[in-house]
Amino acid sequence: MPETPGRNAIEVRGVRKVFGTGEAQVAALDTVSVSIRENEFFTLLGPSGCGKTTLLRLIAGFDFPSEGEILLYGSDIAPLPPFKRPVNTVFQSYALFPHMTVAQNIGFGLEMLGKPRAEIDARVTEMLKLVRMEKLAKRRTSQISGGQQQRVALARALAPQPKVLLLDEPLSALDYKLRKEMQIELKRLQLETGITFIFVTHDQEEALTMSDRIAVMSSGKILQVGSPRDIYDRPAERFVADFIGETNFLSAKVDSIDGGKARVTLKSGATISATLPDGFRPDGEATVVVRPEHAKAVKGAGDLSGEIDNVVYFGTDTHVHVKLDGGELFTVRQQNARGAVASFERGERVGVVIGDDAAQILKD
Amino acid sequence: MATAAEIEKQAEAREVRNRWLLSAPALIIILLAASGPLLIVLLYSFLTPGPYGDVQWKFSTEGWISVILERDIFDDTLAFASAHLTIFWRSLKLAIMATVATLIFGFPTAYFIATRSERTRDIWLFLITIPFWTNLLIRTFAVLQVIRNEGIINTALLNLGIVDQPIQMLYTDFAIMVGMVYVYLPLMVLPLYASMEKLDFRLVEAGYDLYATRWQVLRRIIFPMVRPGVVAGSILVFIPAIGAYVTPSVLGGGKNMMFANLIELQFGQGRNWPLGAALSITVMAIVMVALLVYVRNTSSSEVRHG
Repeated sequence: MPETPGRNAIEVRGVRKVFGTGEAQVAALDTVSVSIRENEFFTLLGPSGCGKTTLLRLIAGFDFPSEGEILLYGSDIAPLPPFKRPVNTVFQSYALFPHMTVAQNIGFGLEMLGKPRAEIDARVTEMLKLVRMEKLAKRRTSQISGGQQQRVALARALAPQPKVLLLDEPLSALDYKLRKEMQIELKRLQLETGITFIFVTHDQEEALTMSDRIAVMSSGKILQVGSPRDIYDRPAERFVADFIGETNFLSAKVDSIDGGKARVTLKSGATISATLPDGFRPDGEATVVVRPEHAKAVKGAGDLSGEIDNVVYFGTDTHVHVKLDGGELFTVRQQNARGAVASFERGERVGVVIGDDAAQILKD
Repeated sequence: MATAAEIEKQAEAREVRNRWLLSAPALIIILLAASGPLLIVLLYSFLTPGPYGDVQWKFSTEGWISVILERDIFDDTLAFASAHLTIFWRSLKLAIMATVATLIFGFPTAYFIATRSERTRDIWLFLITIPFWTNLLIRTFAVLQVIRNEGIINTALLNLGIVDQPIQMLYTDFAIMVGMVYVYLPLMVLPLYASMEKLDFRLVEAGYDLYATRWQVLRRIIFPMVRPGVVAGSILVFIPAIGAYVTPSVLGGGKNMMFANLIELQFGQGRNWPLGAALSITVMAIVMVALLVYVRNTSSSEVRHG
């Protein structure tokens, strides 16, 4: 079939998943709809229990949706067993077969598809090379390190050339340094193979650095879908703003709306300009969010004013906690450049300058 | 004053001593109750039979010769003891069949239990072990009640008009098989369950994910991983099955002699203790060799495939 860019690889339509019966019924997924484009690195991000793994398992075929359909290139795969779906999974625990060698693990999927021996061997060699594991082909999976097991799990899932690769928190068992390395490795593999990746994680940093697009999930629902930039700079809901990065929440009154911008009055009486989210229904009240690094504390007057509550040194940057007039706490993150450090005293009066376009109004 | 190294050494020595002390009761029982009698059996096999049973303290290899050869009572010529071979063959065949049958019935049972929730598992295991509480003889007679000509099965079949003659099940090899499978099933289920319980079912999911059908997952993933349980269960069933005495006597009616019945015969009516002793050691040796071969093959085969 012709592969046009921007086509949807996976389309999830109105999927509900309910576990248990009667009183103990829990909706792990509450009517979720999302489209995942061909060749993209798509991340499902959310805290544990938000339904991200459930959604992944529904796409893999380990569980079946209570309602709704899951389309793979236009055809409904929801009723198919996992072994009939051209979709492979990298498991959180890797789930490598301990009674087989590295090469046997990688070749397993192809073998089950009934490919000829020569083709399997060639493909296994190619995969071993792709994940840089040629030397360990004959090893038992118990004789290799965690990072190596991770690579084998990846190679095993990629070997049958799935239409979509599902990754269930694959990096969570690795230590910090290895995780960083594997993040780059994963991104490289995705670009080299051109396979659509659906990546599940609770780690916002992982999501921001690797993804083309992110879906933020909470309590069985998808709250926002967008590029890492969109999600970080333009959070639409309080949960998204709070879950990803650090944020200052300020309550405000909307004075006037002009296109995509609004003038708002804060508790302290200061008025600032803030960006409106799509689908905002004005009812007077609003919450404005400002990222700590998008603001600056200055001696003298700023957009906001208050007094220094606390100053915390973090090495690369310093967090300045300002108690605004009106009582709200506001955190400013300033980068530490040599020599150019403005020092503040506790109780000192300061101004806070908010960058252009830094304030964002939330939908809820 | 003792240095730290000396104290460490003493502690080590004490631990070794404790280990021996703790295992002493078991070792003594094994030596006295198992190895001792076995040596006596070995000794008896090289003695001369007494006229009314027992043995006379005179060295003879007659017992061992009679295992394979039969002395004609009229002209003293030796001929091949084909009856012994036939009986041994039947015992072996029935023991293997019983092992395979318990494996076929036990595997799904163990899988079923291992895939239940943790609480219900205990209930199922408890149910599996209930038959153990009853005496073997009583359990065997219970089977007899079910399969005899006037038993439940035949009565039901006759009343339903499915057959007009009772099916002769009792006193056949089939009866012995049914009895042995029933009696030995828990011995297969328990070790199988023990290894399945440890099975990581995410590996099963990984198998399905990699295009393995249900049958392929069973054969290529579940089976190799529970192999230790299969080996243990097979040994636990096979050994008592090849030496089974009560079940073949009651359900086979003594008509279809098994090896254990043959041995018993030598110590009873046959009054040939040395032959009985030699037969016992023969069957033990054969079983041991067979098991060694079996264990070696099954434990190395996981390296072979692929």
